[in-house]
Amino acid sequence: MAADDTARTEIFPSGIASVGLGEVERQVPVDEPPPLPPNAALAVIGKSVPRHNGRAKVTGATRFTVDVDRPGMLHGRILRARLPHARIRDIDVSAATRHQGVRAVLLVAQPDDPAAAFVRYVGAPVAAVAADTTAAAEEALRLIRVDYQPLPFVADMDRAREPAAPRVHDAASAPEGFASGFPAPRGLPLNGNVRGPATDRRGDAAQGFAQADLVVEGEYRTQVQTHCCLEPHAIVADWRADGLTVHMSTQFTAGVRHELAETFGLPLNRVRVIVDGMGGGFGSKSTLGNYGRIAVALSRQAQAPVRIMLDRQEEQMDSGNRPGTWQRLRIGARRDGSLTAISLASYGTAGVALGASVGNVAAALYTCPNFEAAQHDVFIHAGPGCAMRAPGNVPGAFGLEQTIDELAERLAIDPLALRDRIDPSPVRREERRIGADRIGWQRRHLPGADPGPVKRGLGVAQSLWGANVQINSACEVRVMRDGSVEVLSSVQDIGTGIGTALAQVVAEVLGLRPDEITVRIGDTEFPAGPPSYGSRTTASITPPARAAAWRVQQMLFREAALALNVAPGDLIARDGRILVRDEPGRGLDFGEAAARLRTDRISAVAARSDDYGGFRRRMGDAALAQQDLGGVQFAEVAVDTETGVVRVERVVAVQDCGRPINPLQTESQVQGGVLMGLSYALFEERILDQHTGRMVNPNLEQYKLAGPRETPAIDVVLLENYQGQSATDAYGIAEPSNIATAPAIANAVYNAIGVRVRTLPMTPAAILAALGRIPARRAPS
Amino acid sequence: MTTVETAMIDAWSLVGPAKAAEDGRLAAVGPDAVPLALTVNGVSRALQVEPRTTLAEALRGSLGLTGTKIGCDRGACSACTVLIDGAAVCSCMILAVDVGARRVTTIEGLASGSELHPVQASFIAHDALQCGYCTPGMVMSCAALLERTPDPTAEDVQVAISGHVCRCGTYPHVVAATLAAAKARKV
Repeated sequence: MAADDTARTEIFPSGIASVGLGEVERQVPVDEPPPLPPNAALAVIGKSVPRHNGRAKVTGATRFTVDVDRPGMLHGRILRARLPHARIRDIDVSAATRHQGVRAVLLVAQPDDPAAAFVRYVGAPVAAVAADTTAAAEEALRLIRVDYQPLPFVADMDRAREPAAPRVHDAASAPEGFASGFPAPRGLPLNGNVRGPATDRRGDAAQGFAQADLVVEGEYRTQVQTHCCLEPHAIVADWRADGLTVHMSTQFTAGVRHELAETFGLPLNRVRVIVDGMGGGFGSKSTLGNYGRIAVALSRQAQAPVRIMLDRQEEQMDSGNRPGTWQRLRIGARRDGSLTAISLASYGTAGVALGASVGNVAAALYTCPNFEAAQHDVFIHAGPGCAMRAPGNVPGAFGLEQTIDELAERLAIDPLALRDRIDPSPVRREERRIGADRIGWQRRHLPGADPGPVKRGLGVAQSLWGANVQINSACEVRVMRDGSVEVLSSVQDIGTGIGTALAQVVAEVLGLRPDEITVRIGDTEFPAGPPSYGSRTTASITPPARAAAWRVQQMLFREAALALNVAPGDLIARDGRILVRDEPGRGLDFGEAAARLRTDRISAVAARSDDYGGFRRRMGDAALAQQDLGGVQFAEVAVDTETGVVRVERVVAVQDCGRPINPLQTESQVQGGVLMGLSYALFEERILDQHTGRMVNPNLEQYKLAGPRETPAIDVVLLENYQGQSATDAYGIAEPSNIATAPAIANAVYNAIGVRVRTLPMTPAAILAALGRIPARRAPS
Repeated sequence: MTTVETAMIDAWSLVGPAKAAEDGRLAAVGPDAVPLALTVNGVSRALQVEPRTTLAEALRGSLGLTGTKIGCDRGACSACTVLIDGAAVCSCMILAVDVGARRVTTIEGLASGSELHPVQASFIAHDALQCGYCTPGMVMSCAALLERTPDPTAEDVQVAISGHVCRCGTYPHVVAATLAAAKARKV
């Protein structure tokens, strides 16, 4: 964009604060605010202010969806398939319909419709009931008679690939074009239960391998992980003649509104979606979901509000999961470490759905001229996968970063030095330097060098994630005549603290304290905010918040300028005052200035502008920023070679997210990412019974999660990485903080015991098998 | 025996079948709703519940105290933790009719008026919460810990919250917050 009436030239801080800042010149739209100085020069942004909703959360006052009660509200429950594959010949709901307290009964499966007569996993919805009480609804479910024609099934990925395996889908039912929350290529071949390959190619891999002095190759297998949000999936749907109101525990308030409008043929202005407290999502609450559609249909039928709250078993079976994967990686390198070729083949399973690719780390993390990938989805008779915290890149990094570790050893190059050679990112270079210093990398010994039965090791791994932005993101800032201020957007706080970040951004502009800003979010009555997935919330909504605050401030300055007899451009806002820049003694209190407004309230709505330096790519409402999000993690482990128990003693996580808005909240999120990665590395696994297709651990005790006693010391270091790309220059962190943990632990385990563990989770049995002390168990998928 | 083991045994004696049989309560009621009085946060509350109703359901439903959360409904996540006569108990694992005359304290009753309990204040200061769904139960367990162990070690806190599931991963900040709250109480 040329500098003209629509844009102006501005100079932004640029670079990593701890290394030294430079400057970058950008063309900025004229209605965008001036460049924001580095955090060190700011009053509120970059400070660890307490959460705006902290008090409500520690007193139990926060209203989660499961807490919403409406007059006359009914309770919905869903009848779920007990067989992994069956044709439903008949459903008899007559007794359920007559049961006391039952107000609506819905058939989800349709025996007469070949497209809806099949169930393909244990837990698939078959029918649903709304009743006066949950107990009455559950009694009614037990009265529904379903005539199942059992069909052959396959609940294991490797067996599902065999030509004679029972088919999960036919050509009509097999999904395509949507994977793990991302668009995937359409028209991929369907061969038995295998969809794919999805291919990717750069250069000539065969030629690259021919140029290599050394080729390392490995096969890696990862398990199915479930989200285990502590608040179950929940919705309260209230269908009325004048419109539909839905309370939902969702990661995308505005998106669910669109889905509802489309699904039920309503105009957007007749659909309202609200979320107040939101008890975690991690990808699994991104869409309306089958339970959401069921609740709305029940409400329409019963003419009353209906609440559906999944129980923990339903959560585990039918609210999504991180697909299980198998991958084979080959990497060719010259003796100096430079990579000549990478080849990736993968098979993964998201149950009856798509989305089991292993992401783009192998393609994009390291400089390599020749790359080829062939990735396949394998359908099995199990609940559908969905996006989960850094989908694809988490299992992908488990394979890639161990292969790089192996390559370093074969080349006799330190793993950090090898990465200095092949990783083009200056950000990760600095992260490696800081992390190595923190963990004491120079203590790292040869693999398996500790003499006793408990062996220690150090490992490192890296993270790569796209800096996503939702273009369709808007925010409103209002100033009232009494000086009170509100910030409004439909964006939802799923626990990341985005509301507090918005209050900080607005307070910084207006010269107020964050606790003086009322945060009103999670309601589609407000300007449409971004989803809370893809680590894009902060990047998408803090820039329009600052732009809106700046625009409303210009209005207020016009009033104050009249009173002070100066030009509006001579004014600044600081410490609750509006001051003349060159005469800080002269000014008005913020409230005095607001009292001069002509009307009770002034307001500005701003939308997310494009990144000032342009995007790398646009995809509908979403875009990918020029830079990547990095992160380097180091792990220190102690492995008991007699019991096989791996204890992670310390993790150092060095992460970047552009400009950190609230370091304490960000640290919380990184700790959570590390813990989820540790839990994935050592404990979690969905186990399906191969004889019944049922999950045998659909709960929170046999589905083992890392708890407080497995939590290591976690050092979080945040870089300030300025690029002059938006009004806040802030990006996300949730997913990058979850990618490197499992491979860092795996590399540390290798360093401890001298044997590489290529299968997750690294249970005591897996460790003992790797050490050759017990026979290996093949991991189910 | 550690203090934690003591607390667990106390809790079991509160909710165990021996105690219930002693009261002769089980034989006398159901299946329809029965009248009941519960002492919750210092106030006697009258309610009607079916005997199969757990304390967690009674608190959240009849009494409208939704600060107590249900995450698993089988004692595996501790989100529903309340205090019964001062001991931290999963309220999903005790029937409302079995509570009897014992005093129930929920998250809504922990603060003194507008003054937060030191654990609550410290959770905010240390950002020991993210989504907040496990937080009420976590706060109750940490508050109970400080009553029985006023000067805990980090390991004491880890053990006290070892039954709690926090998928956001707040454990490090919960430990820091609770240790800081213990210090603040002594001042």
